[in-house]
Amino acid sequence: MPIQLDEVAVSVSTADGDLALLHPTTLTLGERRIALVGSNGSGKSTFARLLNGLIEPTAGTVTVDGLDTRRDGAAVRRKVGFVFTNPDSQLVMPTSLEDIALSLRRTIKDKDARRAQARNILTEMGLAERADTSIHALSGGQKQLLALAGILATDPDVLIADEPTTLLDLRNTQLIADRLFALRQQLILVTHDLDLALRCDRAIVIDDARVAFDGQPADAVAFYRELVGS
Amino acid sequence: MSQLLIGAYRPGRTLIHRIPAGPKLGLVALFGIATVTVPGDWSALGFLAFALGLALWVRMPVRATLRALRPLLLVIVLVTAFQVWQKGWATAIDVVAGLLASVIIALVFTATTSIDSILDAITRGLGPFRRIGVNPERVALAFSLVLRAIPDIFDIAQETRAAAKARGLDRSPRALLVPMALRTVARAYETGDALAARGLGDD
Ligand SMILES: Nc1ncnc2c1ncn2[C@@H]1O[C@H](COP(=O)(O)OP(=O)(O)O)[C@@H](O)[C@H]1O
Ligand SMILES: [Mg+2]
Repeated sequence: MPIQLDEVAVSVSTADGDLALLHPTTLTLGERRIALVGSNGSGKSTFARLLNGLIEPTAGTVTVDGLDTRRDGAAVRRKVGFVFTNPDSQLVMPTSLEDIALSLRRTIKDKDARRAQARNILTEMGLAERADTSIHALSGGQKQLLALAGILATDPDVLIADEPTTLLDLRNTQLIADRLFALRQQLILVTHDLDLALRCDRAIVIDDARVAFDGQPADAVAFYRELVGS
Repeated sequence: MSQLLIGAYRPGRTLIHRIPAGPKLGLVALFGIATVTVPGDWSALGFLAFALGLALWVRMPVRATLRALRPLLLVIVLVTAFQVWQKGWATAIDVVAGLLASVIIALVFTATTSIDSILDAITRGLGPFRRIGVNPERVALAFSLVLRAIPDIFDIAQETRAAAKARGLDRSPRALLVPMALRTVARAYETGDALAARGLGDD
């Protein structure tokens, strides 16, 4: 189920002319776990958002399993799940159970069946006791787990996570990371946590709106450390 | 913080919990209309007693309910004072007891009805309008987002005030309102992206 970028570029027009957010890039993302690393503002989120059609390329094409993100955006988003950094903006229902049920509304029409399935998903995530808890009362790690569960409930084939642990403490980072690395889905992980990058099968370093390195995680991390001079 | 009226659903098995959301909302509306159309201070006290009875029956948490009512306190004091001054005690009791009764019934509704079933009710209720281009799922989603946004905006306001205070700017309305508006819009964009990524609103 590879994701394919073919001469993909993204730019925005600003007061001082066009600004490139991604220079022309061609590559295939087929590995089970791929890390994206790079400094703040280097273009990681832009790259990640291209992959499920949240951003459309200015030039070139992005395809997921043959589906063009520009033409078949809705179908692509059904295949590619996306977890964001801040769980507060991803959770939209008052309680955990209802938030998962929202993800299931499209596929399960019967309310009781939907609630039962939502409960199963919460149990799998270790959040069973929090089913009827207000989302405001959850810890940061639990919120992010719930956000992840809400995405997995839509049954994607690929999961993109954009700095999912950046706002979490060490323990919650481990909790989320363990979940992510246990997934059967393909994982594309944007992260500043180089330990997590090292656990992937491939790592891409983004710098100044282009792919600066693409290869083995150990080499990528060495390259990245060199780049930032540490 | 964020312990507002809405989103305070507490699961339970009482008859009130089991009335379907649509008809229940209809009953709440009827009750509200009755409190303003049936005259008399004794009937208003009756409505209030009925509302309190229901609140006890469905085991609404007393503390959280009082907290939810606190913002209303000022309004109630002002309305009472005004009515006593203008029309005397009997009318004041009629108006204020009726108002309180309606609010408590609304709280009973939110405490006994899950958002999920409210969404279902909206979706079903709007079904016939599909033909004229209304997408009931979308309306239901928008409705729940509005409910969800209210406590969020309170949180953002509180954070913004704390940040302004830390810089000694808490007396400047601009230092409060501009960042608050920007953060609210930014949060809305993020939420929109997160919903799109979940495939919600696509169909
Ligand atoms: N719509 C936009 N308009 C102008 N600049 C943007 C836009 N989106 C992103 N940028 C800029 O592009 C750069 C890359 O952003 P982003 O992909 O979010 O980086 P990262 O996720 O690596 O921090 C940043 O400098 C950001 O400010
Ligand atoms: Mg980013």
